Amino acid sequence: MVAGKQQKKSIKEISPIDVYKLLPKTNCRECGEANCMAFATKLVNGEYTIPDCPPLRTDEYSHLLQELGDLLAPPVKAVTIGTGERAAIIGGKYVLYRHDFTYHNPTPIAVDVTDGMPEQELVERIKAIEGFSYQYIGRTLTLDAVAIRSTSGDPGRFAAAVRTAAAVTEHPLILCTLDPAVMEAGLSEAADRRPLLYAATEGNWQEMAELSLRFGAPLVASAPGDLALLRSLAATLTEYGISDIVLDPGTFPDAGFAGSIMAFTMLRNAACASHDELAGFPLLGTPIAAWAGEELSREAVQWKETYMAAMLLSRHADLLIMHSMEGWALLPQLIWRFNIYTDPRKPVSVDPGVRTFGSPDGQSPLLITTNYALTYFTVEADIKSAHLDCYLIVADTSGISVESAVAGRYLTAESMAEALRENNAEALVDHRYLIIPGLAARLSGETEEASGWRVLVGPKDSSGLARFIGERWPPKDEE
Amino acid sequence: MNEKEKIRAGPGLGPRLLALLSGVDRLELEHFEMEIGDLEIFVPVGFGERPAPAAPVQPVRPTELIREGFSPAAGTYPGVIREVTLGAAKKDGGSRGSTVVIGGSTAPAFSSPDRLPPHPPPIAMDVFDMDISLPKALKAAVADVVNDPAEWARMNVDRFGAELVTVHLMSTDPLIADRSPREAADTVEEVLQAVDVPLIVGGCGDPKKDAEVFTEVAERASGERLLINSVTLDMAEAKTLEGVAAAARDHGHVLLAFTGLELNSAKELNRRLYEFLPPEDVVMDLTTVALGYGLEYSFTIHERARLAALMGDAELQHPTISASTNAWAAREAWLNMDPVYGPREIRGPVWETCNALILLLAGVDIFMMMHPAAVRTMRDIRTWLMQPDTAGSPRYDWASTRI
Ligand code: SF4
Repeated sequence: MVAGKQQKKSIKEISPIDVYKLLPKTNCRECGEANCMAFATKLVNGEYTIPDCPPLRTDEYSHLLQELGDLLAPPVKAVTIGTGERAAIIGGKYVLYRHDFTYHNPTPIAVDVTDGMPEQELVERIKAIEGFSYQYIGRTLTLDAVAIRSTSGDPGRFAAAVRTAAAVTEHPLILCTLDPAVMEAGLSEAADRRPLLYAATEGNWQEMAELSLRFGAPLVASAPGDLALLRSLAATLTEYGISDIVLDPGTFPDAGFAGSIMAFTMLRNAACASHDELAGFPLLGTPIAAWAGEELSREAVQWKETYMAAMLLSRHADLLIMHSMEGWALLPQLIWRFNIYTDPRKPVSVDPGVRTFGSPDGQSPLLITTNYALTYFTVEADIKSAHLDCYLIVADTSGISVESAVAGRYLTAESMAEALRENNAEALVDHRYLIIPGLAARLSGETEEASGWRVLVGPKDSSGLARFIGERWPPKDEE
Repeated sequence: MNEKEKIRAGPGLGPRLLALLSGVDRLELEHFEMEIGDLEIFVPVGFGERPAPAAPVQPVRPTELIREGFSPAAGTYPGVIREVTLGAAKKDGGSRGSTVVIGGSTAPAFSSPDRLPPHPPPIAMDVFDMDISLPKALKAAVADVVNDPAEWARMNVDRFGAELVTVHLMSTDPLIADRSPREAADTVEEVLQAVDVPLIVGGCGDPKKDAEVFTEVAERASGERLLINSVTLDMAEAKTLEGVAAAARDHGHVLLAFTGLELNSAKELNRRLYEFLPPEDVVMDLTTVALGYGLEYSFTIHERARLAALMGDAELQHPTISASTNAWAAREAWLNMDPVYGPREIRGPVWETCNALILLLAGVDIFMMMHPAAVRTMRDIRTWLMQPDTAGSPRYDWASTRI
């Protein structure tokens, strides 16, 4: 095993001073910060990357660049798959636990096509992969890569499939066959695309290693259920001169899945806690293996693939290959991936304040919600689709959703009264009615007391706002 | 057309999944209908015998595999999660036919086959004491019993395999039906008689009313080791915590300490509870948020709490619970969406399943759930995780399998 990593500091132990020492120290401000120390603080915090200091990229400072790169190198290497704008970086992880820092490089999700498909079907499936998306908190979540599997075992057919795929998509490609001759045929059709090669095994590693070097393509080392063999392959491929390695500890369906979850965890733990360089490569998870497991109805296999993917995302998978294109199977993955790759030190929030929708006047409804981004964007979308003219106060709940904010006392009668005052609500509308979220119903009485405003309890879900306003606005004074 | 029929009429769900979703059948694996009978597995042959490629052999490159081993990091943790027993058998002053022990972990959840938790995380299934508005996919399986908590509890245990039952005394809410503590305790007694698994008793969330209800229930179910769901810092503020904690202590119950995603609050609440009862009678609810609505906060708070506890923070060395039913708060679980995202009858249970499994990996020790398919999946995976197949399963060659 390669020595020397033992002394390497983890990202949590590196101080801004350590980083500052390796900066040009000219305070030239090209990075946009007032001085090098300020940049150092943000760099070590993950808010900048090294190239954000332009002088470092000049010859003058190349020695610093090298040292800084070594200092800040993540224990899990980053590997690039594909080329151009859609190239995917996988791995590059600094920590075992998300709360220790933040997870970088959201897990790309690849969906498969095969060389057994008629060309038309293959093209349509790739279009479907590229076209699948979901709107979430003002962002478009999508699938990221195409895995081409050889089910025919025939070099000519695999070459044709890769040729077709490479022509229709810019997505990164993963070529899947354990037969080096088939791989070579396919790889020749995507020679300039830097596809990920799946896979080098105990039986074929030498030939796969040659292909990887010849085409400059990253290579998966695969040793399902055998971590010693996996490390052996990683050591051998490294020695062979290959640096862009991805590890496949095996994703077993059914009862074997427990072992897979633990293998992923032990590998990542070895990389992050024990600085094991042979474990310090991105991990490939293959929920698609569900389809090679117990033979069940399609839906039951899709169900299985769904939970396997969600669990692997939670346990360090840096790249996933799936087969299901059903929205219900993909939706949880796209959302969960987005969620765990957010910075845990910063809630996903929007700025507090007043938002105006349509052209409200003094008689228009006044609503209040939290500044958790998802809550806000959901409410916003519902107000817009209902074409309501209204004001919406976004209260500062530290980026926590309504239900949790009420439970955790981030949203209270007092904080709502305060938000009304701060945002000068009395000047916005002539009435004194505040519509609070249905999930904060419990606070209605106290809020009336604390603010002096009358409170209307709105719907529990903002999809009910249009109807609520239609039926309850303007308010009929009951007393 | 009843709910079940609506699901059956739904878009193309296979019979096995329908059974799973509606929870009405207990099909065994061998009875599953096979729909991919033509699944073929192709074993690639011959690449071992192929002559070496003609590429120039560089002497520095290895020609044989460099053999390495793998020894998992032997990291041990100074802390242990306390073990808490829920439910009491006759000999211990209760009337339960089964009891469960939760907690006892000595390492992060399922991080290595050598350091598994001593007890499989049990699953409690929800019962409400009134007909509340439930997503259709949830109501389908229990439509016949929603007005009878005792029957509902029995169905949860007998049909869906619930290891505990949670009775939510929603009707006590002053803003809903304001049922009296006495009536609430009657309901709990009925359920205690209907099933012999341990009970979790849930309130309405009002710190004053809950205190009255819990005090009455604690007394009437004396000795049963109920898990009282829950006590909060709001109760401390409303000066009602003391009464509930004393009642739990005097009548031998366990308290669930609920806080909102904040470890300092969790520790503070626990400290207050230690004034009344031993730490072995406290379970924590750190808040379960729905997938898509902040589940990452729940995931991370549970990982942080567990790690701090294992590193020695005694105030966090309590088992944790997840109300995974909260997953249904996500719109994606119940809303009719563009057909590309699939029918909500399956999106809902998928949501609950993923929610629960993600928190299982974060270290949660006991789950409150609702959909039979989610419960069944959790049970399968839990069984596998508790007996990880380290010998290695048969290798499935997905790369060349025709699907
Ligand atoms: S660009 Fe680099 S050298 Fe200039 S101030 Fe920023 S960190 Fe310092």
